[in-house]
Amino acid sequence: MIPQEFNYSRPGTVQEAVDLLADHDAKVLAGGMSLIPLMKLRLSAPEHVVDLGRIPDLSRITENEGSLHLGALLTHHQVATSALVQEKCPLIAETAAHIGDAQVRNMGTLGGSAAHADPAADYPAALCALEAKVRLVRKDSERVVDIGDFFVDALTTAVEPEEIITELILPVEEAGTGVSYQKLRQPASGFAIVGVAARIRRDGGRIAMARVGVTGLAASAYRAAGVEALLEGSEGSQADVAGASAAVDEGIEAISDLHASSDYRRHVARVYTARAILAAL
Amino acid sequence: MPKPKEPEAKGALEVSRRGFLTGAGAVISSSLVAGTEALRAAPDSAESAVAGPGKVDIALTVNGAEKTLALEPRVTLLDALRFELELTGAKKVCDRGTCGACTVTVDGKPAYACSVLAIQVQGKDIRTVEGLAQGDRLHPIQQAFVDNDAQQCGYCTPGFVMACKAFLDKNPTPTLDQVRTGLGGNLCRCGTYVGVAQAVLQSSESQTGSLVGEGRNHA
Repeated sequence: MIPQEFNYSRPGTVQEAVDLLADHDAKVLAGGMSLIPLMKLRLSAPEHVVDLGRIPDLSRITENEGSLHLGALLTHHQVATSALVQEKCPLIAETAAHIGDAQVRNMGTLGGSAAHADPAADYPAALCALEAKVRLVRKDSERVVDIGDFFVDALTTAVEPEEIITELILPVEEAGTGVSYQKLRQPASGFAIVGVAARIRRDGGRIAMARVGVTGLAASAYRAAGVEALLEGSEGSQADVAGASAAVDEGIEAISDLHASSDYRRHVARVYTARAILAAL
Repeated sequence: MPKPKEPEAKGALEVSRRGFLTGAGAVISSSLVAGTEALRAAPDSAESAVAGPGKVDIALTVNGAEKTLALEPRVTLLDALRFELELTGAKKVCDRGTCGACTVTVDGKPAYACSVLAIQVQGKDIRTVEGLAQGDRLHPIQQAFVDNDAQQCGYCTPGFVMACKAFLDKNPTPTLDQVRTGLGGNLCRCGTYVGVAQAVLQSSESQTGSLVGEGRNHA
């Protein structure tokens, strides 16, 4: 399989990249773990590819006023193994360590995964649970989008063709917050059949804050607001967790494919939601 | 077209408000902390030149030797290795980044050669299975594959060997569980996983693990 022919540019700065996107009908290449196979299958046939792989500014990790800023071109391996990320935002590091395999983690990127928005990708569950913000830059302006407005549908996000993701902005986790990412893994690809990310903070014997993000169940990752509402204020007993987890697929149209039927996915989602919450407690 | 300038590969910089946790040598100023202004550095038009769609000069460093090839930008590293450099160790099997038969190392890390463009990896240190043996002497990992009968049809073997090499370079004394997880990117249709895991343990510094007594279908 050979991609359709294309022009190729490799900008050295963000400004050069967005200038190219403003002037050409181009597709952005990050780690290539999704785009290059899609181009070989001719499901994607861009006339111009803008490779962000040599923009050092996009691989920064910075902490600023209670937020952790992760550059979009950080590989999954870099996110998983960064001591700063592990300390300040352990959920995203744990999730990154569960993605695919070593080969994918060495090439695939945080921003690339977010922009591709595969319904079975791991990061989106954590990004939803973290209430991440996404910085999008275009030639003459930039904007910051809440994650709830970012994932629109399967393989569809709020990113416009002329924009690139420069960074994801995550909260620095407060002391006392437990986190966990639990997934049922498709053995060959490592994708999540269902993956659930949980952040739980207790205060005086009760759950003060619960955030639950789910991937693999619906066309897009989402925050399970029903689960969160049932958990908050509860004591977090086994029964509380079981009751809350049953709400994970409320109002959700579950997807079905050769790996798992929609009914099976719903069941797995409830089980893995409970596991993630209990592990985070 | 002019040969593109190769910027030095840079690792992730990590900056915290208390100081600097990793990333050697650089001086960090407050302007580095977040802020998109820093990202909008002065453009360097030479770097954003458009190449292709026809052939362009692409310089690859493979097994320590630099080769300049005339390739279209759409050519993958795997096709460049197999069809241009006649390094046919890395295999094209699934061709979509799942099976691992095309695994090579790029700057010491395992990568799927089928899912990276040759033009993306200019200036990086690319190693293939052909670069492991010294003359007639097999690399210890290759020898361990022979000793442990770690192949049947052999088609996945070169990719497995490179994945094992990269894994052991990073984890010199792995446990069996770490071996199984660490090599999760490589599939063997013949089911030789037990032999492969045994070969990795034999090659490892620990040489403590043993699969003797385990059923062959438990890998």
